[in-house]
Amino acid sequence: MKRQYLIAGLASTAVMLAAGCGNKTPSSGPAPAAGGITVAGSNTMVNLGQAWAEEFGKKAGSPSVSVQGGGSGTGITALLGGTTDIAESSRAMKPAEIEAAKAKGFTPKEIVVAQDGLSVIVNEKSPIAKLTFAQLGDIFSGKVSDWSAVGGPSGKITIVSRDKSSGSYDFFLNHVLRNGDEKNTAIQYAPSAQQQQSSQAIVQEVKTNPGAIGYVGLGYAKSAGIKVVSVARTAAGPYVTPSIKSVLDKTYPVSRPLFFYTKGEPTGEEKQFIDFVLSPEGQSVVTKLEFVPVK
Amino acid sequence: MAFPLHRRLSERAAEAVIRMAGVTAIILVILIFVFLLRDALPLLRTTSLGALLSGSEWYPTDGKFGFLPLIIGSALVTVGAVAFAIPIGVAAAVYVAIIAPARLREFLKPSIEMVAAVPSVVVGFIGLVTLGPFLQKFFHLESGSVALTGSIMLAFMALPTIVSIAEDALTSVPKDYASGSLALGATRWQTVWRVLLPAARPGIVAATMLGVGRAIGETMTVLMVTGNAFAQTKMIDGKMVNVLPYTLLQPVRTMTATIAAEMGETVQYSHHYSALFMLGLCLFVITFAINLVADVALHRMPKHG
Repeated sequence: MKRQYLIAGLASTAVMLAAGCGNKTPSSGPAPAAGGITVAGSNTMVNLGQAWAEEFGKKAGSPSVSVQGGGSGTGITALLGGTTDIAESSRAMKPAEIEAAKAKGFTPKEIVVAQDGLSVIVNEKSPIAKLTFAQLGDIFSGKVSDWSAVGGPSGKITIVSRDKSSGSYDFFLNHVLRNGDEKNTAIQYAPSAQQQQSSQAIVQEVKTNPGAIGYVGLGYAKSAGIKVVSVARTAAGPYVTPSIKSVLDKTYPVSRPLFFYTKGEPTGEEKQFIDFVLSPEGQSVVTKLEFVPVK
Repeated sequence: MAFPLHRRLSERAAEAVIRMAGVTAIILVILIFVFLLRDALPLLRTTSLGALLSGSEWYPTDGKFGFLPLIIGSALVTVGAVAFAIPIGVAAAVYVAIIAPARLREFLKPSIEMVAAVPSVVVGFIGLVTLGPFLQKFFHLESGSVALTGSIMLAFMALPTIVSIAEDALTSVPKDYASGSLALGATRWQTVWRVLLPAARPGIVAATMLGVGRAIGETMTVLMVTGNAFAQTKMIDGKMVNVLPYTLLQPVRTMTATIAAEMGETVQYSHHYSALFMLGLCLFVITFAINLVADVALHRMPKHG
């Protein structure tokens, strides 16, 4: 009696295992809606995507757009797995991901849909007002641990970063700490860097900690209790403060593009939506959400 | 077997359904383990388990998979949480089970259990904006996002489990024990300390263990409040040295927070992806062991007639 159940149980386990191990493609994520578009990915961009979808939906005869977050990597994985039409990403696709796409038989198409100026923030009481890439690199990689090394009064530096799931983390690391040289893996965020899971958490830490320094998107730089530092590529200057204007005219050195990725050239409904996003109307949504338009 | 046939059949059917439900639960656990293993094992082709467990740096996208700081982080936060939760939890259970008048007990027990209904993201938020800054001022720390903040918040979350189970254990101690002890001239306190608590010990151990399991597996709250740094920079003899966390007053990274923060962004089937699954496997093994201990302790509970 009991043995029968045991055998039945083991047999069903074996069946499930066989089914599970044979299936190498992830089936998570949204299924593309019939007669609609799905957008998935970056948490930085999820509100932006939703605002676009809302405005786009007000137009007569436009297809419905459903937007999901989960992280840039999640969106790209969903694009590769065929479970989303458009991936939102706050970082460029990695070579490994592009390889994976080609193995699946398509070349991902990259479209820049907005920009963001990553702002370096310190506590409002901090006397630090300007920093160079080299100084930022020294601070964030832990080479210097005291504010006196970068022209401040003496005091311990607390480094506050986003976590690895964030496109901002990647971008700041490669663009500022490694000064554009992504291969230079000897340079890393310091082990003592706090890794917060949201820009809001970074602001909170910098606000309460007089020795803290962090980076957040332009939309968060207006928060109370913090101060935005002006940044220069080299000590020769010019030191520029991030703003919509300085990101647009390319004078602010820590700007980053925000991307859509599609399976090959967008067509039909996808193209309709992307054209709207890039239209003046779509770009005014970008400004409303405190990101920077493409042009 | 004097039952009519249909009665026997329905009994059989009910028994079969219940048994299948039990077997299914076991199969699911086995399957979870197997799937974790499947996605974690590829990492062992390039890195040995020893190197993983003893490595002190976590830069997973550049091939440095040191689990040690993360394991230490989880251990610090959990031990801290348990140190707060057990004395308070057991004391609360003693009060509710033995000292409180019946009408107050009716009100207290559900209220304590209500704490479990607070979502962890809310607990984390409270920790971030109130407890963190308070501890920062109180201990003159650079940052309020430290292991202690996580410990206190987790203790708060583990309390309902501990109080509820410890209270049940104390209530199930036969009344004769207490009356006998008091009749022999023991004071009320001596009765609690020397008679009731030892009699309920297995249940209290189980409560503790389940509380530990709750604390070590909690993700969102620790992700929000512990700062997630995996080491500290110290000046030793004029040189900058990275030191692994060793006190509750430092930011730490826990295993759960690492998985939650990084899983969304890994490239599927990369080494980083495998490393996160490996980390999950370690957690699974740890919580499994803890639950096993709790279970064994519970089964040692004397069956009071």
